[in-house]
Amino acid sequence: MLDFLRTAVSRARSALHLDRVDDDFRQELASHLKALTEENIRRGMQPDEALRQAHVRLGSMAQLREENRAWQGFPFLDTLAQDLRYSWRMLRKSPGFHVTAIATLALGIGANAVVFAALNAIVLRPLNVARPESLYSIHRTGDNAANQSYPDYLDLRDRNRSFEDLAAYNFQLVGLDAGAGAARAWGVAASGNYFDILGIQPRLGRFFHAADEHGPNSAPYIVLSYGYWHVHFRDDPNVVGRIVQLNKHPFTVIGVAPPEFRGVLLIFNPDFYVPMVNQDLTEGGNALNDRGNRDAVFLTLGHLKAGVTPAQAAADVNAVWAAIVKTYPDNHGPSTFALARPGLYGEFLGRPMRTFLSALMSLAVLILVAACANLGSLFAARATDRAREMALRLALGAGRLRIARQVFTEALLISCAGGAAGLWGAVLLLRSLRAWQPFPQWPLNVPLTPDGTVYVVALLLALASGFLFGAVPVAQILRTYPGDVIKSGARSTAGPRASLRDLLLVGQIAICAVLVTSSLVAVRGLARSLRGGFGFQPQNAIVVNTLLDMAGYRSDQVPAVQKRMLESIETIPGVSAVALVDRLPLNGDEGEDRIFRDDASDLRPANAATTADVIKISPDYLRTAGTVLRTGRSFTPHDDRTAPRVAVVNQEFARQMFGSPVDSVGRYFKLRDGIHIQVVGVAEDGKYGNLTEDPKPAMFLPILQSPASDTWLVVRSQRDASRLADAIRGKLKELDPGLPSFIQTWDNAMGLPLFPARMATATLGVLGLIGAMLSVTGIFGMAAYSISHRLKELGIRMALGAQRSQVLKASLSRPFRLLAFGSVAGLGLGILASRVLAFLVYQATPRDPLVLAGSVLAMAFLGLLATWIPAQRALSFDPLVLLRED
Amino acid sequence: MAGKSEILQGTLDLMVLKTLDAMGPLHGYGIAVRIEQVSEEVLQINQGTVYASLVRLVHKGWIRAEWGTSENNRSAKYYSITARGRKQLAAEAADWTRISGVIGRLLQMESR
Repeated sequence: MLDFLRTAVSRARSALHLDRVDDDFRQELASHLKALTEENIRRGMQPDEALRQAHVRLGSMAQLREENRAWQGFPFLDTLAQDLRYSWRMLRKSPGFHVTAIATLALGIGANAVVFAALNAIVLRPLNVARPESLYSIHRTGDNAANQSYPDYLDLRDRNRSFEDLAAYNFQLVGLDAGAGAARAWGVAASGNYFDILGIQPRLGRFFHAADEHGPNSAPYIVLSYGYWHVHFRDDPNVVGRIVQLNKHPFTVIGVAPPEFRGVLLIFNPDFYVPMVNQDLTEGGNALNDRGNRDAVFLTLGHLKAGVTPAQAAADVNAVWAAIVKTYPDNHGPSTFALARPGLYGEFLGRPMRTFLSALMSLAVLILVAACANLGSLFAARATDRAREMALRLALGAGRLRIARQVFTEALLISCAGGAAGLWGAVLLLRSLRAWQPFPQWPLNVPLTPDGTVYVVALLLALASGFLFGAVPVAQILRTYPGDVIKSGARSTAGPRASLRDLLLVGQIAICAVLVTSSLVAVRGLARSLRGGFGFQPQNAIVVNTLLDMAGYRSDQVPAVQKRMLESIETIPGVSAVALVDRLPLNGDEGEDRIFRDDASDLRPANAATTADVIKISPDYLRTAGTVLRTGRSFTPHDDRTAPRVAVVNQEFARQMFGSPVDSVGRYFKLRDGIHIQVVGVAEDGKYGNLTEDPKPAMFLPILQSPASDTWLVVRSQRDASRLADAIRGKLKELDPGLPSFIQTWDNAMGLPLFPARMATATLGVLGLIGAMLSVTGIFGMAAYSISHRLKELGIRMALGAQRSQVLKASLSRPFRLLAFGSVAGLGLGILASRVLAFLVYQATPRDPLVLAGSVLAMAFLGLLATWIPAQRALSFDPLVLLRED
Repeated sequence: MAGKSEILQGTLDLMVLKTLDAMGPLHGYGIAVRIEQVSEEVLQINQGTVYASLVRLVHKGWIRAEWGTSENNRSAKYYSITARGRKQLAAEAADWTRISGVIGRLLQMESR
């Protein structure tokens, strides 16, 4: 091994001054020759004879020099350089062909690089914290939720024997005033041990620790995220020690988090971190002592002790939970828990993300395979054209391997160029995706930073595809018999060997048909989900998120402020209706409660008749939102604290509790606090949590009877949205200049529920488009090639009086047959893949007749498009010119 | 064909190494002449092949080349064996003796 290295170094050194080495050697040989000649003369030869004999003894000087040269430098590199120069000349000779090839590969490899970068960033790469492999979070089995009440978290933390320590955090939306007025900011409220468990070091100052917590509201400290510090404090190193206002409470800045840390939920980019023990102070509630408030903690997580498996830890957690349920039966039902990774909120986001990205990854790989098949058949066709040249080179003694190597070099040159172009595009696209925040009201985005793995994968893909499509012409060359080709001309090889190319083309078209089908399925799914059944009308409405607790209002002041707010917005000209709702349906807020029959006396969780979504509304909400009231009445301003408790329920609620919607008006039910509530109206069913949910019971409660301070104003008007938004902003300023608000059209807010469908449509649409382009170039290449090869035959036919239609049929029937085969195969595959597609796209199936017809039409259209130019060419040639050629 | 030349190559390398070890620094001509003399004209080689062997050995670091002046005042490239080359020579010589011994015994084996 060492010898090998030494030799390589020595060779490399001599490679640097090859000319001198050669000169040296020539001189050495010359002196050798002279010595031999003198020796011969001494033996009595004539000088001429002596020189001749000396040459014979020494051997051919040219050959010796050649051999010596072969020992200097690296002959392998020499050959490579030769091949590269040759490939470059070939490339320059037919730039159109090669640019197409490179562009095709760039699309294929670029698509793969983007999808792989996403897969890598979201699914494969572990969280950017210390010891990510042993970090787990605790999730309920079933709905995968991880939320807990704060007292339950403390019990879990102190009683489990599997975790080294258990941290908890919650998300907080606050009004953060860093000196320039209060603005909305999203942060993390974390237990004191949070940073220590994650093993993060501060960029500046210090983090808070468990020792900083001394009961509720004891730690008014705030750690800024790097991004927030960068934007709002312009990287000011003296920020530590400053006081900022969090919902009008003073907090001391103690540190800044490092730039690469963005909390443990991958898609969420918080602005700040505060100790959880201050949650009550900033949110104005009493969540820390309420065992029934399961929204106090979003997630609990910690490192498993060495040697403890996730299953053992889950069993331990379940045992602890069983004990908790026994002690507090009023607040808890039985649950089982499992351990999962915190980065994507366990399986809740983890499973759909994995499925979506793996499905995309396989489609992207399919695209690359199709591109390789495409290029393989094009290169094979060109190799046939060059058969005569190849045969000549073989006949003149070139090794088959040498020629194969040359072809591979050309293929790899193209694939690497394509890979580089594709990767460049991918990096640009990723950069814009990284900056993209799909939902303005949340700091949600994905850190799609391509790392070394992505580059390596792109390089490997480029090399693999080069070998893949290079193998097709090489296989053809290795089977070439120079005698046959030179005797009969290049054309004879087109016979049986074309079948491989046909197969490649059919395969490629099948793949493209799958892609086209899936993109149509996605478009159709999106169209369906846009068509509604939401249970409200998002058009021509503006929604305003107002958080009164951010402005420091106490809960007993809230109803009066809300009344003033409604009255003041109503005075804006053009506003036809305005109302308040505590949670906008389909907007990510959750709120469910257990419902008991009126005659139930034991209100334990197990005895609940059903659970229903709870929506608290002001009297005019149903009209403002465009929710249809089926029967009964809506609320009035008289349904307040002094009046009997009432509710409007949806049809599903009525069906489940009372049997039929009509009978349910006037009936009663109970909530878990035991209060009787009378149903006064029945509204249409709608979607509350997400678009794909089954019909769900829901009830509306008057906000005057069940107050809520965090509400959305819904304003219905035909006026231009941006001017209306300005007017609303002005009115709210008049009311309270310190009230942070967030205004958008309801259509805009619908971006969240529609996001999966839109994402699927966009990505599948792009992939489908690439697939369509590939099939066009594939068919075009095939048709153009077969026509150019049969021009002479076609010319003879035309000269003998064949009709144009017959000529067309003769030249294009084959590409069309292949297209039909491929499309049918692709449609079949698309139907087989329907389960994957149905997962990606809501309510979508490729069995949909519209999709099927659309795919067939699309493929036929693509075929026509691709054969149009070659067909025109076939028809436009003058038979005389054709026959005179060659 | 390839196998035969391979053996010859290795043999020639060994002969060159041994010659330089025994005779001290020599130029290419000297090495070729010396090998022919020792082999008592049994081995009629193309003297040029010595140079292929020399370049190989130089690359491996077993011999070293320097320009110098010959006995009749002509400039010539002198080759000399290095310390590593001596070690290699010892190992290869031992190998050679062992193998030639085995082959000798094999060839003297009487058929039954």
